Amino acid sequence: MKRLTAVFEEAEQLVEAARQARTAGYAIADAFVPFAVHGLDEAMGLRRSRLTWVCFAAALTGGTLAMSFQLWTSVSSWPLNVGGKPFASVAAFLPVTFELTVLTAALVSAGTFFARSRLFPGKRATPVPRATDDRFVLVVDTDAPAAEALMRQAGAVEVTAVAQAPEGGS
Amino acid sequence: MAEHHRAADGHVALPAVSSLRQPLVTAPRTLAAITDDIVGPMNRRPTWKWGAAFAVAVSLLLIGVGNVTYEILAGIGTWGLNRTVGWAFDITNFVFWVGIGHAGTLISAILFLFRQKWRTSINRSAEAMTLFAVMCAGVFPLIHMGRPWLAYFVFPYPNTRGSLWVNFRSPLLWDVFAISTYFTVSAVFWYVGLIPDLATVRDRSKGLKRRLFGWMSFGWTGSARVWSRYETLYMLLAGLATPLVLSVHTIVSMDFATSVIPGWHTTIFPPYFVAGAVFSGFAMVLTLMIVARKVMGFEHLITLRHLENMAKIIIVTGGIVGLAYGTEFFVAWYSGSAYERFTFINRATGPFAWAYWTMVSCNVISPQLLWFKRLRTSPVALFVLSLVINVGMWFERFVIIVTSLHRDFLPSSWGSYAPTRVEVCTMLGSFGLFFTLFLLFVRVLPAISIGEVKAVLGFARGAGAGHGAPAPARQEAAE
Repeated sequence: MKRLTAVFEEAEQLVEAARQARTAGYAIADAFVPFAVHGLDEAMGLRRSRLTWVCFAAALTGGTLAMSFQLWTSVSSWPLNVGGKPFASVAAFLPVTFELTVLTAALVSAGTFFARSRLFPGKRATPVPRATDDRFVLVVDTDAPAAEALMRQAGAVEVTAVAQAPEGGS
Repeated sequence: MAEHHRAADGHVALPAVSSLRQPLVTAPRTLAAITDDIVGPMNRRPTWKWGAAFAVAVSLLLIGVGNVTYEILAGIGTWGLNRTVGWAFDITNFVFWVGIGHAGTLISAILFLFRQKWRTSINRSAEAMTLFAVMCAGVFPLIHMGRPWLAYFVFPYPNTRGSLWVNFRSPLLWDVFAISTYFTVSAVFWYVGLIPDLATVRDRSKGLKRRLFGWMSFGWTGSARVWSRYETLYMLLAGLATPLVLSVHTIVSMDFATSVIPGWHTTIFPPYFVAGAVFSGFAMVLTLMIVARKVMGFEHLITLRHLENMAKIIIVTGGIVGLAYGTEFFVAWYSGSAYERFTFINRATGPFAWAYWTMVSCNVISPQLLWFKRLRTSPVALFVLSLVINVGMWFERFVIIVTSLHRDFLPSSWGSYAPTRVEVCTMLGSFGLFFTLFLLFVRVLPAISIGEVKAVLGFARGAGAGHGAPAPARQEAAE
């Protein structure tokens, strides 16, 4: 199946075109934009990212492991009397627990984002011309002439039919 | 705010500007022009001014490297430390540099969560400043160990001594975790923010540079699906960095507050240190930005409004710091502790009174000048004041550390302290390291977030006067 690539000069035009294309029943493959365009998620019908849950789970895991490890080293593995303080000095273990909670949450969230978006160092990108500079590109899963007309009416400066859409994220 | 007329003084007159809001980018620009403005300096040959500054910075760095090498070979005895004053220049510099870093995170994370759109053109370089400042800070505890090749002892790893674990009740160990977490999370936050811009540079370059930036940009294409997820990640990292930055200086202050030394053993240290850190950090951001905007031609991106806003934050945090100084004195008297009272009278009138009054003049009196709008909007005045505040905040740490230690409970153990050449040169070296890294950063990476500036380009502009949505995209898309 063929795809249409429509190039816009203004972000608003792209958002409007995406909204109309979806209303008209065309599936939107992706869009390529130089910055996070306000309202594009809704216009494309993207679901909210579940990354927040990954972050939450990582934070819980990191915090639990950090506190458990401190308790294990200080109470069980080699209890040392330091200034008469209790072996299980839970309050004193909180700063390190907090730091490791944040560290785990941040690293796991970032790692999950890169894995899910299939971004990694050295990945060969096939960038859409000027999409990282000043052009807004919408890719629609159709080559119907009506869709092309819709794009032109929405303000596309260039509409091309392509066999394989430029590879983007997933 | 009735300040929208200010666009007239010294700036380009703007078409279709909102009567309620001030545009964040003061010159009408297209998206492509923004890319050119920011990427341009990376492609031009460095100016002689940059070269001169870099030469000075590298020279200072080399002085520092030489002296640190000597210190490691000869031992801590090359410093002016003694049995009474066991912490002095090195810990002063450590706390100073950690504090500098805090403004970067405040700008990149806290102002982001508070939807302060003006942060967009300064956050990249402020975050870079954070990273470099934390690197400088990290050097000091490392060399203070005396045997830095055993630095890995601070991490709890299984070892052949038992395993003998580290003492998790010690604030110094909390520091290890706080600083290393802070550095790691700041680095991730900064790099995640850089990726779209690295892709922009990649798509404008050829040959080796294209391959290099292609490798560094992780194959970013600007896919809206990835952008959507990216927004969520960015918000999460901002949300994590916010409590983190508060925790870091809190923990640094606990290095002192959990001890029994009069002048250190106080509960106001955590908020006092955090406010002081933000205060000094914003002064350093001002120092760097005022020079960078001039040298790189970023005056329409880092506008007078940015400078003024930072000056306002300096007034607030400077006020908190001043209040903390007063509170310390009040509590020293009100607590009825003879040692505490002596320490504070000694601070203000003893052998280090000159350092104390330098601190008060620089940190409490000089920021009051910023109540005048004329000074808040004058880059020259702000530059001078930012240097004064940095000096003052350096002295604050020196005063807290040295004056509290040099005369504690037993008069028989009273001593004094003067830095040696090695210590002074190590401090100069840390400034050399900081400026070398910063000057390299503004040459080889986009010093302003291209994607974020594009998203706020249309801010406060009517239709047709700019691009992008009237409200910045990033902040709300992630909701």
